[in-house]
Amino acid sequence: MTGLYSIEKAGQLADKVYHMWVKAPHVAHHAQAGQFVIFRIDEKGERIPLTISAVDGDSFRVIFMTIGKTTTHLAALRAGDHIQDVVGPLGKPSEMHRFGTCVLVGGGVGTASLPIIARSLKNTGNRVIGIVGARNAGLLILEDEMTKACDELLISTDDGTKGFHGFAADLLKQVMARERVDAVWIIGPAMMMKVTCEVTRPAGIKTFVSLNPVMVDGTGMCGSCRVIVDGETKFACVDGPEFDAHKVDFNMLMGRLRTYQPEEKDSLERYNAHICACKGGDHHA
Amino acid sequence: MLIFVPAKVVITMHDRPVDKRLHDFNEVDGGLTADEAKIEAERCLQCKKPLCIKGCPVSIDIPAFIREVASDDFKKAAAIIKEQNMLPAICGRVCPQEVQCEGQCVLGIKDKPISIGELERFVADTERAHGMVPPQKKASTGRRVAVVGAGPAGLTASAELARMGYKVTLFESLHSAGGVLMYGIPAFRLPKDIVKAEIDAVLSLGVDLKLNHLVGRSVTVKELLSYDAVFLGTGAGLPYFMGLPGENLPGVYSANEFLTRVNLMHADKFPVYDTPIKKGSRVVVVGGGNVAMDAARVARRLGGKVSLVYRRREEDLPAREAETLRAKEEGIEFVMCTNPVKILGDQVITGVECVRMEMCDLDQSGRPEPAPIEGSHFTIDADVFIAAIGQGPNPLLISEIPELKRGKRGNVIVDDEFRTSMRKVFAGGDVATGAATVILAMGAAKNAAHTIDKMLRQE
Repeated sequence: MTGLYSIEKAGQLADKVYHMWVKAPHVAHHAQAGQFVIFRIDEKGERIPLTISAVDGDSFRVIFMTIGKTTTHLAALRAGDHIQDVVGPLGKPSEMHRFGTCVLVGGGVGTASLPIIARSLKNTGNRVIGIVGARNAGLLILEDEMTKACDELLISTDDGTKGFHGFAADLLKQVMARERVDAVWIIGPAMMMKVTCEVTRPAGIKTFVSLNPVMVDGTGMCGSCRVIVDGETKFACVDGPEFDAHKVDFNMLMGRLRTYQPEEKDSLERYNAHICACKGGDHHA
Repeated sequence: MLIFVPAKVVITMHDRPVDKRLHDFNEVDGGLTADEAKIEAERCLQCKKPLCIKGCPVSIDIPAFIREVASDDFKKAAAIIKEQNMLPAICGRVCPQEVQCEGQCVLGIKDKPISIGELERFVADTERAHGMVPPQKKASTGRRVAVVGAGPAGLTASAELARMGYKVTLFESLHSAGGVLMYGIPAFRLPKDIVKAEIDAVLSLGVDLKLNHLVGRSVTVKELLSYDAVFLGTGAGLPYFMGLPGENLPGVYSANEFLTRVNLMHADKFPVYDTPIKKGSRVVVVGGGNVAMDAARVARRLGGKVSLVYRRREEDLPAREAETLRAKEEGIEFVMCTNPVKILGDQVITGVECVRMEMCDLDQSGRPEPAPIEGSHFTIDADVFIAAIGQGPNPLLISEIPELKRGKRGNVIVDDEFRTSMRKVFAGGDVATGAATVILAMGAAKNAAHTIDKMLRQE
């Protein structure tokens, strides 16, 4: 396969979580915190959005969890392989100004989006507190990088295998109890964002979430990624992906995220069956 | 004086039978054979003052190319067309000839006009089958022009400018060039290998195509304005929704999304291709234009029972008559004078609540204004809903350039030579007019290219 964009580095970070550096100057040179790319792995591939997690020279990094066929395929690629199509940076950058004290809350693989936002906020003159939550210690990612990027990093695990025993939302409550918080970013699974943003709502703290609806083109052309924010239809790909958490209709987002679940399951099963057959040696693909 | 009028020749459409074409996305219309093309070309009166040329947005010398077809010189016919139009196989298929060249043909007054579209298509297809002649271009001017969007407007502007000796960089945000020709118009009306061949001919002029580049994001506005001139052909990519209750249920699509998933991403071949689509056993398409017909006919090929819901009467349908006819042949149910009011369902769509419309006084467009009839609500069972009610200009890039004057509908305002409010920046096609046709975009782009040339030569 000879695609256009080469994979510089690739590897596993945690259970089912992988990172990948891809060389694409048109993306890397313009990428800002909060933006994303769309990958199409090969001729038959679908277009999937992935948040830009870090940038270095001509390359940028994405971090993803293997969920369906495309992410499973992506995880199987190695340095030296290629991605056929990479478009970006897409979406609006994170709102950046001097808020004061900002708390960045990452849930699971959503943590991938945080380091680049943390660094931008620091450069803009903010104090940044990071909270990284995961189900267990084995699923924690980017601890070192977040320690460097933030003034303070707090960790929670649902099972208590590392850091605070509980949810990231509980840590956020603790921080809010001890000091003034001016802005909060919550990035993770839709349900986690929905629940966690309730912590800041009563206090009226400006809270951003990064939404991850199904996309096709990523340029505002198809409307697949429409979300309801403050009662209005918005396209996450061009109006977002970051929105005011307290105005997002999360139920609608989660409903639309379920659209292709049966197809995704079918596609992954077929892919895994194909891989097994190849590995079994009784099938020469 | 007696004018010799040849016997009436009825060129039958070479449409494949319905039961065959519903099972694939291959082209419906098979086109003319060489003999048929010659017979049809011989009917041309070769008018001294040909009206057909006036009806053509890109001013092809129609009688001249038809004369060559009649005298068997298909190669020369192709050369004549290509002087004015680099995308003839595309235009021969998707131009609304009935309101353009063919609508002007004097033979149409008493008889059937010359099938100019079919002839253009025949000439282009014949040339392609025998190897396309590389287009001529002038010596380099050393000036650089950026073209944004590789749809019909951008491709035409690029071709014209490259032929005039400009160094053209063509930016496209998708992974393939063609714009609506690739993602919008289905293969059964416009086969994609034909689109690719004509795009390749444009690129062979030395146009530097940059795919996956979203101008405004991957290329900054500052970088864009560093070119000697800029042509914006970003199209009408913004899909409109109706604001109906239930519109965000899974299975509700804009026509743009539905068509893109199938035409560009090949969701019809899922899971061989990775992009999924809700095929739908009962599909409601709302709208009456060509896009609505395309969406309905695609949904039909995916195996659904399809209802086309339109708020006016059948005679008001803005779609091309031939495509409406084909849609009907393919078993699409036309539900006219009807408007959807609500998409029903909880987790998935179960139906569409509609209301009957009555036709009232004529509106500004000269058509009767439809108004809902009280108490006439009824439900159509459905599991997929497609809104094909139009698209607006893609706001992404143009909103990044605040100096660019825009109209009420978000369209870029241009003068009659396609200049925008910014020096060096030109625009044409749907981004300036709102959603229109492929050929009008091409005509605008061609004229814009000449204005750009005029400006750069005067500098």
